[in-house]
Amino acid sequence: MTTVSDTAHALRLRSVSKTFGGVKALQSVDFEVRAGEVHCLAGENGCGKSTLIKIVTGVYTPDAGGEIELFGERVGTTSPTKARALGIAVIWQDLALFPHMTVAENIAFDEMVGVAPRLAFGGRYKGRVRKVLDRLNVSLDLDTRLGDLPIAQRQVVAIARALMGDARLVFMDEPTASLTQSETDALLKVVRTLSAQGVAVVFVSHRLAEVIDISERVTVLRDGKLVGVYPTDGMTQYRLGELMTGAQLENVVRAQDRSTALPVLEVKALSRHDEFKDIDLIIRQGEVLGLTGLIGAGRSELAHALIGMNAPDKGEIRLGGSPIRLRSIRDAIARGVAYVSEDRLSLGLIQPQSIADNTVISVLDRILGAFGLISPARQSRLVRHWIEELAVKIGKPDDAVSTLSGGNQQRVVLAKWLATEPRLLILDSPTVGVDVGARAGIFRIVRRLADEGLAILLISDEVSEVMFNADRVLHMADGKIVGEYDPHATSVQDLEALIYA
Amino acid sequence: MSLRERIHAVAGAETLPLLIFLGIVFLAFSLATPLFLTGANLRSMAFQMPVLGLLTLAMLVPILSGGLNLAIIYQANISGLALAWTLIQFGGPDAGIGAFILGVTLAVLAGALSGAVMGAVVAYVGAHPILVSLAMMIFLRGLGEFLTRGGDISGFPEFVNILGHGSIAGIPVPMIIFILAAIVWHIMLKRTRHGFSVYMVGSNIKASEYSGIHTRKTLVTIYAISGVICAIAGIVMAARFNSVRVGHGEALLLVTVLACFLGGIDPFGGFGRVLPVAVALIILQALSSGLNLIGANQHLSTAVWGLFLIGVMALRWVGLRWRSRQRKGT
Amino acid sequence: MRDLFRIYPVEARLSVVLFLMILGLSLATDTFLTLGNITSLLNNNAVNLIWAVGLLVVLIAGGIDISFAVAASVVQYVAAQIFMGIGGGSWAIGFLVAAALGIGLGMVNALLIHGFRVISIVITIATFNAFFGLLMFFTKGRNIYNLPDWWTDRIFIFERQAPDGSWSELNLSVAVMIACVLATWALIRLTTLGRQLYAFGDNPEGARRSGVNIWQMQIVAFGWCGMMAGIGGLMQVNIAQEIVPNALYGRELDVLAAVVLGGARLGGGRGTVVGCVLGVMFVAITQNGLNLLGISPFAFQMIIGATILVAISSSNLSFKLWNRSRDTEARLKENTT
Repeated sequence: MTTVSDTAHALRLRSVSKTFGGVKALQSVDFEVRAGEVHCLAGENGCGKSTLIKIVTGVYTPDAGGEIELFGERVGTTSPTKARALGIAVIWQDLALFPHMTVAENIAFDEMVGVAPRLAFGGRYKGRVRKVLDRLNVSLDLDTRLGDLPIAQRQVVAIARALMGDARLVFMDEPTASLTQSETDALLKVVRTLSAQGVAVVFVSHRLAEVIDISERVTVLRDGKLVGVYPTDGMTQYRLGELMTGAQLENVVRAQDRSTALPVLEVKALSRHDEFKDIDLIIRQGEVLGLTGLIGAGRSELAHALIGMNAPDKGEIRLGGSPIRLRSIRDAIARGVAYVSEDRLSLGLIQPQSIADNTVISVLDRILGAFGLISPARQSRLVRHWIEELAVKIGKPDDAVSTLSGGNQQRVVLAKWLATEPRLLILDSPTVGVDVGARAGIFRIVRRLADEGLAILLISDEVSEVMFNADRVLHMADGKIVGEYDPHATSVQDLEALIYA
Repeated sequence: MSLRERIHAVAGAETLPLLIFLGIVFLAFSLATPLFLTGANLRSMAFQMPVLGLLTLAMLVPILSGGLNLAIIYQANISGLALAWTLIQFGGPDAGIGAFILGVTLAVLAGALSGAVMGAVVAYVGAHPILVSLAMMIFLRGLGEFLTRGGDISGFPEFVNILGHGSIAGIPVPMIIFILAAIVWHIMLKRTRHGFSVYMVGSNIKASEYSGIHTRKTLVTIYAISGVICAIAGIVMAARFNSVRVGHGEALLLVTVLACFLGGIDPFGGFGRVLPVAVALIILQALSSGLNLIGANQHLSTAVWGLFLIGVMALRWVGLRWRSRQRKGT
Repeated sequence: MRDLFRIYPVEARLSVVLFLMILGLSLATDTFLTLGNITSLLNNNAVNLIWAVGLLVVLIAGGIDISFAVAASVVQYVAAQIFMGIGGGSWAIGFLVAAALGIGLGMVNALLIHGFRVISIVITIATFNAFFGLLMFFTKGRNIYNLPDWWTDRIFIFERQAPDGSWSELNLSVAVMIACVLATWALIRLTTLGRQLYAFGDNPEGARRSGVNIWQMQIVAFGWCGMMAGIGGLMQVNIAQEIVPNALYGRELDVLAAVVLGGARLGGGRGTVVGCVLGVMFVAITQNGLNLLGISPFAFQMIIGATILVAISSSNLSFKLWNRSRDTEARLKENTT
């Protein structure tokens, strides 16, 4: 390994700006990464994080006037291939890997690009692929198709691919977004291994706890401007959230006692092979029941059983006192159960279609007029009602839903489900991809719905989210409910300690 | 709302440019030959277009749902065969109206059944619609050849002729059938639950399922209805050619896809309307009839159709770039 | 062996089915496993295989080509004009001319697809109509019999007389087919271009971000498919001894069905030469077997169609992947416009 002094810089940006057709995505931002450092880049969606990464990796050209220095050298323009030659690698959130190709082919892929066409025998690069995996201290079957691997291992493949090109500066864009806690821990270990070998890592993550845990310093951006660079020693999640949003966050336990209200959902000894076992729970009118635990604990699987996507093997589900057996999500809607999926991009909304159509999709029966045909007047009345009710910020109802921000998209999802007039609302990780600032708005709606008598199951792996927004909190682990907590009687830290233990 | 926006809202953004193209084509041929803008030519166009038109409607909805139905021609001919067989059983030229109604029923059933089978394989196995409909195409073509030994079946009663060659109030009967079908298609797509589901399934089938759409039922229905309209096309074809033959209309298969793309149907599914496709069909027919009138070989129109689609794609690309440049400028 | 089923499930399954079919036909008939039958199977399917491997490359790269069969007809016609113009020619010139013309037509597709950012099915249906219409316009649908002798003379690369006096032989097209199959295998398995083609078909946006030249990919895929179309067209004339302008019309869908049956994924990223050969041979042997079993030729197509339908229904041939493939194509569209 090359030895580097503490002050040597892998990357230095000085007053770099980027304008898109009059919109300033970055305004004279300074950014420094020391060699071998794990540095975090934090900020809300649209703060300029990805623009910054794309400038460094040569996807975008910055406006004139800024300076970029890589490993002590001034660089003018870069291109993706040039950036790679300089030792910069990006691990994109969607990984940019090839699911039908093998692990070895994926890791060695960059060697196939940017050169004159030539022969490429499988055996020639396999040895080096193995060496890279050894360096990361992981073992993978080189001939497995990437698509057959779990997401966590695909992350490792992406990192190995970056190292194959002798990267000295690695950008990781939300690498832990879809990992379980133990997978995240394993990944963070790999990141530390890299850093120990002198590779600088720039880490972008929404999970503030993780940011503080892994990185030495954090650079905060807001609205394309630099807020500041802070050491993570002594930094709290709360303070970091405030820096990112520029606003005071209200973290108050709002739990109320609803134990006298009528039960809406009663689940008894519900089991499904390999997913969850002997689940007992009750949600009452007006109650928000929090369900937390590590990813993979069976939370989403339980939700799928409650909405008829998967049939449970054993046990009973009662809704409003009578036992029900749901065969499809249509059954669930008819019975008054609504489900906000954790995957808003591909399951929650039909992104290219209009806001109006996405709002009415689950209540087509209600917009039928004469001859059983869809009545445009009824449709627009219903859409208008919900847009006002949930204060969704939109241009026209006919605009594609993909044009909205994460927070507003989530409001459309809520509108879609509230239009079905549910008795029970299941929220599965409702703030994934929603800015810290917009989250409060979503939870204000949730609280209001509960006050109107809706029973709500709030699933989240962010402990603070359930602690501050639920009336009771259940802890799920390995498919079982292992504990129940009153938010007034425990603290976020205690519960986190229990869960991650 | 400006007039342009209002037209866009009612007819879709594709219609206006296509109408302009239609105007240009009509103007050009009217100048080229005095025979073009005559009642006789327009009537003959109105007799020729409906078969292609009905088959295009059969292709349209599968494409909207993100698939394709390559079996339409043979679904149409197998349905025509069902009708012809029934008529022959009841005495051929002497068959009565009752036999005809029975035959039409059987034809529609044949079309719907073959479509439903494809829909079921697509919906429940998850196989790619191109592959499924290709296999169905090979099967139905083989079935037709097996039943007819590659020959023609003819000898229909006199009244069947009206379907292919008659007129009501000066409008050719096939055209009336096509216009009715197009209106039904428009209403089905824009105003029914099924139509709504077609667009949603075409954009994202999994999210549709999660939103409570019965996606499998939707897929089976899409292909079954496609089969029904194929059967109607098959009946009209039988009446127009006065015979049924497995190979009738083979050359139209990919022309229907071409007409859909020309009419602005998104090849990925999820977006498109009936009206611009109807305008596209009139353009294709006008090109073909006009070229025929100025004495060009009939095959030239096939080439012109292909070149026309390329031209329209090129213009759409130019338009898109122009618009995005304008947006950047502001 | 288990690895084979895991990595190439379609190919492995298809080869088992094919083996069982061959076994069954060998036992049921005494004519199937004869030199004469096997050589004629190869002779009759050489041209289809040449086209199939060409189409395979386009499918791997995430595209589809509807126009290749009529492109082959165009190549035949134009090549015939050129040979007449230069007063004869030879096999060497023939291959050069046919390949060059085929590549040229493939380039037209690539240029339109890349230039106007339109997906391949739209463009190739347009060029399918344009090629065919223009060909029929210029030939007026007439056959051409007046061809140079070298082109129509039979050349056998293998001959043998059985004890009963019947001849079995392999003609030149089989040798050309083998060369094309090997060349395609080398292209997609052994070169950096091949790796890039798979990657581009698998995840176009990922490939673009890795620095893959998208334009180059379209040129290679459609150029290769066009070249195979041209060479296949050249060999088809050698077999048919005449040029019939509309003879190849409609063959594109039969070849497509066979290639997809062999495991090439509509949407890209997956497909092998071995699977491609298996797919074509599956259809060919089914037809051959039905023939030997004395079943009416009118029923062949029906049974083949039904067999393919059953094959896709009973296996999870393409799983639920067609949605995902559309997602990637949609992403490509977003990012290239």
